[in-house]
Amino acid sequence: MKPFKVLDGLVAPLDRANVDTDAIIPKQFLKSIKRSGFGPNAFDEWRYLDVGQPGQDNSTRPLNPDFVLNQPRYQGAQILLTRDNFGCGSSREHAPWALEDYGFRVLIGPSFADIFFNNSFKNGLLPIKLGADEVDELFRQCAASEGYRLTVDLAAQTITRPDGKAIAFEVDPFRKECLLNGWDDIGLTLRQADKIRAFEAQRRAEHPYYFA
Amino acid sequence: MEAQTLYEKLWSSHVVHQEADGTALIYIDRHLVHEVTSPQAFEGLKLAGRKPWRISSIVATADHNTPTDHWERGIEDPVSRQQVETLDANIREVGSLAYFPFRDERQGIVHVIGPENGATLPGMTVVCGDSHTSTHGAFGCLAHGIGTSEVEHVLATQCLLQKKSKTLLIKVEGQLGRGVTAKDIVLAIIGKIGTAGGTGYAMEFGGSAIRALSMEGRMTICNMAIEAGARAGMVGVDEITIAYLKGKPFAPTGEAWEQAVAYWRTLKTDDGAKFDKVVELDAASIQPQVTWGTSPEMVVTVSDRVPDPAQEPDPVKREGMERALKYMGLEANTPVAEIKVDQVFIGSCTNSRIEDLREAAAVARGRSKAANVRRVLVVPGSGLVKRQAEAEGLHEVFLAAGFEWREPGCSMCLAMNADRLEPGERCASTSNRNFEGRQGAGGRTHLVSPAMAAAAAVTGHFVDVRTLG
Repeated sequence: MKPFKVLDGLVAPLDRANVDTDAIIPKQFLKSIKRSGFGPNAFDEWRYLDVGQPGQDNSTRPLNPDFVLNQPRYQGAQILLTRDNFGCGSSREHAPWALEDYGFRVLIGPSFADIFFNNSFKNGLLPIKLGADEVDELFRQCAASEGYRLTVDLAAQTITRPDGKAIAFEVDPFRKECLLNGWDDIGLTLRQADKIRAFEAQRRAEHPYYFA
Repeated sequence: MEAQTLYEKLWSSHVVHQEADGTALIYIDRHLVHEVTSPQAFEGLKLAGRKPWRISSIVATADHNTPTDHWERGIEDPVSRQQVETLDANIREVGSLAYFPFRDERQGIVHVIGPENGATLPGMTVVCGDSHTSTHGAFGCLAHGIGTSEVEHVLATQCLLQKKSKTLLIKVEGQLGRGVTAKDIVLAIIGKIGTAGGTGYAMEFGGSAIRALSMEGRMTICNMAIEAGARAGMVGVDEITIAYLKGKPFAPTGEAWEQAVAYWRTLKTDDGAKFDKVVELDAASIQPQVTWGTSPEMVVTVSDRVPDPAQEPDPVKREGMERALKYMGLEANTPVAEIKVDQVFIGSCTNSRIEDLREAAAVARGRSKAANVRRVLVVPGSGLVKRQAEAEGLHEVFLAAGFEWREPGCSMCLAMNADRLEPGERCASTSNRNFEGRQGAGGRTHLVSPAMAAAAAVTGHFVDVRTLG
């Protein structure tokens, strides 16, 4: 996993609540057996005017001019502003894969769905929860100034606005450490292999019917 | 000892190790695997030179991509076929407790086959790369969906990194009215607390109306806990749970059964245990539900009208409602009973079990598909459900009504196979998600119970099933 330390990035606003993972990456693209290449199909049904199919050349497809991420001013955005309950629905990790492959490294919103939130951290994508008023203000500032950027510092747990104001955010210490270092969870867990074996042996003795 | 909730009992019996910030390593008893969310996990395992920790925890099936007709032709879509064949190859290489591949007589939707084979047992932790894993919580399990990185993590370590959730009790007391089902209860819950109402919580369903439900009904409710934002839903163990499991292929037998049952009877919330939050519903006041929008919380009763965004004070919500109405091709204030449907889908991990098919057949019996309905798909949840339904003659009822009787699979719940809505088509569906494009690009989904879906199929529009007599 790519480590995440500090990002100074262009911000794009997606001003709708309950953005589900079916919208982030529609089902026809889940047939891939790879982890990469989902970026061109992120938000496919909103982003293009036709219906996308896997394996297609996306560069020639008609773009929906009304979709916010298609506006020239948001090209190259690495930070996405969202509304409540972003990432709800399916557990598909293809959703964070698509967002990361598109170029996003940070998502900022008032709330995220649990499974999506968890999946994001496994892919070097940092979801940040802020109060609804803070998020409203970021939407306002972003709309008001073209080329709006934010600086996100994970170690310091701050988002710095162009006007100099620093907003503090919360992150689990364990997730922060993993993301700062780009650590692989599995390697970390396997350091506890002896404990897992001991637990398993005891469980097998107490509840043999779970091990049939 | 202090009174504990069911969730607390399940959690504490699975903690292997805990970090200073509360992040815990949780042991996983059952790992369900399907073809869509596993290939990258098996590949990652192989690339890292790791072996699966405990093969006997794995139960696998192919369900999302499989066709529901013409099985003799195999899987015609080459991309779908490759994904299913990749699962075949991975399980062949790695091994499993059980694998029900495409065309196996016990193949089916992963959340139907786990319970019906007794591979889901009370007291287990159950995970799957699928958000509807919450279904298995109906058996007094800690069951939830995980992403593909976590699928790989469980394969490699038999554990998951987790933080303890808060606890939420949904208490449904009283008696359901005639024609009102488990699906209506869970849609009413989501309507009340919203799709993020359960975020951060483990959700237990209790109260006399839940206790009165069959295991099928409890599975329907736990299945949609995720639609209320809760990764895990659960119901405490009782005699209904135990009676369901007795004699199932992977359930214990003899002395082991007695030992298991003695433990399982303890898997319920103690009297006096405290929940972080409690929400109460009166079962008798729940009416047949129909969703009108593009989120499961956009739900009303069949006798209501489509809501008017002009009445909504919150601007983000109002805009969401306006967008939903536009997508759904509906006008505010239209009576729900005047909405006509083009297709009907009876199936999915929410409502494809035998009891669901019986409910739908009871409405379809002696009636015919309405002329304006292009197609009615009835897709049993598994090969075992299909055979049971055929033994009861339910397929003949459906066929006589002009419905199609298909092979098992996820089918038009998410339209990864050929079963889908055409752009603009409207569907009465017993599935779990009415998101934009979920059942096919441009398709319009209304979530209902199996009885309400069958009623829409025979009348051509939504109708209160209780008025059909």
